[in-house]
Amino acid sequence: MYAEFLSLTDFRSYSQLDIALEPGATVFVGPNGLGKTNIVEALGYLATMSSHRVSSDGPLIRFGQERAMVRARLRRGQQGTAVEMEINAGKSNRARINRANPVRARDALGICRTVLFAPEDLALVKGDPSSRRRFLDDLLVSLVPHHSATRSDYERVLKQRNALLKSARASGKFTDAHRSTLDVWNQHMAVAGARLLRARLDLLRQLEPHIARAYNDLTDGSKAAGARYRSSLQTTLSDDGSAESGVDANADDLSALTVDELTSRFMDAFQSQQAKEVERGLSLVGPHRDEVELMLGPAPAKGYASHGETWSMALSLRLASYYVFLADDETAGAAPILILDDVFAELDTHRRQRLADIVATAEQVLVTAAVAADVPDTLQGRQIKVAAGSVSVDE
Amino acid sequence: MYEGAVQELIDELGRLPGVGPKSAQRIAFHILEADPEDMKRLATSITTVKERVQFCEICGNVTEEATCSICRDTRRDPSVICVVEESKDVIAVERTRSFKGRYHVLGGSINPIAGIGPEQLRIRELMTRLSDEQIQEIIIATDPNLEGEATATYLGRLLQSIGVTVSRLASGLPVGGDLEYADEVTLGRAFEGRRSVSS
Repeated sequence: MYAEFLSLTDFRSYSQLDIALEPGATVFVGPNGLGKTNIVEALGYLATMSSHRVSSDGPLIRFGQERAMVRARLRRGQQGTAVEMEINAGKSNRARINRANPVRARDALGICRTVLFAPEDLALVKGDPSSRRRFLDDLLVSLVPHHSATRSDYERVLKQRNALLKSARASGKFTDAHRSTLDVWNQHMAVAGARLLRARLDLLRQLEPHIARAYNDLTDGSKAAGARYRSSLQTTLSDDGSAESGVDANADDLSALTVDELTSRFMDAFQSQQAKEVERGLSLVGPHRDEVELMLGPAPAKGYASHGETWSMALSLRLASYYVFLADDETAGAAPILILDDVFAELDTHRRQRLADIVATAEQVLVTAAVAADVPDTLQGRQIKVAAGSVSVDE
Repeated sequence: MYEGAVQELIDELGRLPGVGPKSAQRIAFHILEADPEDMKRLATSITTVKERVQFCEICGNVTEEATCSICRDTRRDPSVICVVEESKDVIAVERTRSFKGRYHVLGGSINPIAGIGPEQLRIRELMTRLSDEQIQEIIIATDPNLEGEATATYLGRLLQSIGVTVSRLASGLPVGGDLEYADEVTLGRAFEGRRSVSS
């Protein structure tokens, strides 16, 4: 798909901005701090209802205003769709599709699909396990919308169970009443956890070959990239912590287990971890403690990869999610819009060229760069100059 | 900030459920402008409710006497009990006019975040009723959310050993609705709880 028109009202630094867009590559060029990223961020927001830069919606609204509007016209094959998103401070957002009556913002999910590359992606490789879990869960929800319930059900049951463990710890004594209530939450968390885990394992299995392929395409192919899921079911099963070795975890393969089997595995783990969980007042087993380990050759990418390798790995993850989108829906015009925010300045010439060659095949690519020369010729299609609060097209 | 009594009234109103600061202010000024007789009646009804209304000794429903009208009603089937979270759920089930048994109001659901465990609910009273009366069936009608389901699971386990029939309300598609308007979660549940049409 591609966006043919984008309009921002009171979004970030813009009071009003209208841009006509075209399929193919478009490069937004301009000095730092003038709002290049704000433009692509708006399109990313339409796709995911969240910004890649901030976790709350507040900063998206121009300072001193009450609401921001993002409007876009998207073309998917022959079909055009107009989406309007009203971002409200402290109220829920509203969306309008094709000028019909406003609906809940989440009903507009899936109309606009994007894959966004940004310098923040380095955290996918170097950051906490939580950033990799979020990467997986976000992709899961955008591929299969009903998994947003899988995710929120689990988060809610986890909160309740943690509250119970915490209050049991605070009371100083783990009573029978605590135990019988905990049993109930164990059962609910095991079911919710097993569903989420099963969904993540399936997604990672789809992603993995694409990660390897993307990494190979971006580099000279000297190292093989891979990803493996490390469940807290595998790593915390023994009480003394001695089983936290990689050998046991590999031998214990979860990927073939059904939701029911995973549920009973969780129930067993809750039993064996009970003393520890009560002592710490915290849930120690579950998808919220899992890790996606990214591998480069035999070693984990985190800690072992060089800066350049880390970048290639982060880009490979994004490219892999692009490939998964392509495989998920093969109809013409279903391909997501690629957004590359300030990525090229961070890469060496070699990687720049390879990345450009790959993304140039997409239906629409939006690139932001402070210096036009950073962007390889392959992507030098249409250039839009961004100055303070306005843009001008430079063919 | 308003002075004295007005601000006090706004603050008190603002503490009610579902009333924000703006609504509290609006209601306060409505009271100020309204007929004094009307407002006196409102004040009296609030005091009366607090003085007279208590909870039924048997089922925990609201009543003005020791036991509620449903528990006193001899025509009701004493062998079936419907377990609900709140008194307002009793009214909801009563509206169906199809349930002829009696009720048991728990006073909430198991919710560790709010500090509510089984001990804070009227579960002990339910167990006492089970040992005294000739109850054969329990219908658990807690809310179909996480906390309500957890409460249902807890009760289910507790009642398992006693030898009464325990059932849980079905969840699924709303009657008279359109399939296309059902959200993913409800539709997913409806799939799980599907039943055979061949009888």
